[in-house]
Amino acid sequence: MDTPAKTPKDVSAGDARLRASVGPHISSGESVEHIMWTVSAALLPAAALSVYYFGVHSLLVMAVSIGSAVAFEALAQRMAGQKVAVSDGSGFLTGLLLAMNLPAGVPLYLPVVGSAVAIIITKQLFGGLGFNIFNPALIGRAFLLASWPRYMTTWPVPHDSLSLASVDATTAATPLAILKEEGYARLLEHFASRYDMYTQMILGHRGGALGEVSAIALLFGAAYLLYKGYITWHIPVSFIFTVGALTWIFGGDPVLAVFSGGLILGAFFMATDYVTAPMLKKGQVAFGVGCGALTVLIRLKGGYPEGVCYAILLMNCFTPLLDRAFRPSKFGAAGAKVKV
Amino acid sequence: MDEKQPNLYNLIKNGIFSENPVFKLALSLCPAVAVTTTVKNGFLMGVAVLFVMTMVNITVSIFKDFINPKVRIPAYILIIALYVSMTDMVMAAYARSAYKEMGLYIQLIVVFAIIISRAELFASKNKVIPSAVDGIGMGLGFLFALVLVGAVRELIGKGSLLGYSIFGGDAVLIMVLPTGGFFAIGLLMGLFNWIEDKYFGGMSSPGGGHGH
Repeated sequence: MDTPAKTPKDVSAGDARLRASVGPHISSGESVEHIMWTVSAALLPAAALSVYYFGVHSLLVMAVSIGSAVAFEALAQRMAGQKVAVSDGSGFLTGLLLAMNLPAGVPLYLPVVGSAVAIIITKQLFGGLGFNIFNPALIGRAFLLASWPRYMTTWPVPHDSLSLASVDATTAATPLAILKEEGYARLLEHFASRYDMYTQMILGHRGGALGEVSAIALLFGAAYLLYKGYITWHIPVSFIFTVGALTWIFGGDPVLAVFSGGLILGAFFMATDYVTAPMLKKGQVAFGVGCGALTVLIRLKGGYPEGVCYAILLMNCFTPLLDRAFRPSKFGAAGAKVKV
Repeated sequence: MDEKQPNLYNLIKNGIFSENPVFKLALSLCPAVAVTTTVKNGFLMGVAVLFVMTMVNITVSIFKDFINPKVRIPAYILIIALYVSMTDMVMAAYARSAYKEMGLYIQLIVVFAIIISRAELFASKNKVIPSAVDGIGMGLGFLFALVLVGAVRELIGKGSLLGYSIFGGDAVLIMVLPTGGFFAIGLLMGLFNWIEDKYFGGMSSPGGGHGH
């Protein structure tokens, strides 16, 4: 840069972002509490639709999951001698996200065990809110999948209309499981046409976990979070784009890949967790790309039909590294390139 | 440990509680995770280590004045290998089914950090009797830890204890997978420290090690 170095005063005058104003400041009203409850509310459309499709049992799974998560949070905080802060909503949200990851027909002790693992082991033992390395709900889900693979991969068929009966005895494989075991052509046979398949994926009329059946309901909630600025586009877009692009490159159906599994749920509601994702935009994009690449790797080459959960958990490990790798240079630091 | 005549009772207590190889020193965690899917396997491994550790401590203590300090580690390894080979052959002959499951880990006792660290830290500086007692104490501590971890994992992961079914069916499968080993050891370690902190006043942990 040829121009003489500007003094800090010039800088603050020139760039509004660098201007520090003196107090008093107006509170924006944002708080952890507010954000947690808003994210929970954003999951409501998907939750409501899961009750519509899977009946009252899905409501029961959610209630048990949330109730036990909040109870374990209070218990762990009390045992650790901390202030019981369950009203911050983070335990509630973890419970809800865990339920979103379960099939509707699971025995009700599964969400209890999952919540215990998520809250006590993954979150509170690592220091509580803000200190956990891994996404608690996903660890809970991974624990359950490893412990009770049969229950965790038995997917009830969605109803056509609201039913008060318990979950149907009939079950269906998830689209990704059919894709994995029988191939694309056989999957397509289940639908009237390719267009019909896409529609059903997006509306959610198919087997799957509570929260992954309806892409449109999830996107509705996610759009609200984006509008409020609670999440930014960086992680979800890079995540979903990577999955679509890599699937297409390796000869799969990108639309199916994006809408068929838990990708929408994972990308918008779990990979964007403030605690376990990188803080800076560039790091977030790298995080999303990594999640996407691992998801496709697991789906195409791994033993499981779906890889979103493990992909996010694996990338959680890299969050501290990504934060360090994309750390901006300090203003005025020797040798740093400063653009004004 | 620096005293000339260590109290033998304290040596035993030290090995089992305040310097328990698994829960306090965090040494030899690999076998503690790998073989402890059942009480029986944990017990057999613990007994094998108890024997090797005691005999190595005695042997190193006897020969400590003959071993040149520059080659002491290879010398210790040879001594350990001697007793591990004996254990290996005895197990292969008399406990065939268990040996099939955990034979590999019996051979791996050669490189267990806890054994070489006791040889280096204790037996090479102490007389035969205290060394033998230290080996027994540490061996019992290891045995205790492995049986405890094995019991927790077998009970939760298989719903049985010592092969007898306690609650059948829907056991928590993850606890018999390697992941469950880490869960069990980590939680028991925390429980151990908590009990010591609460009932025996303060933690006297000498700090973690980096064991095999």
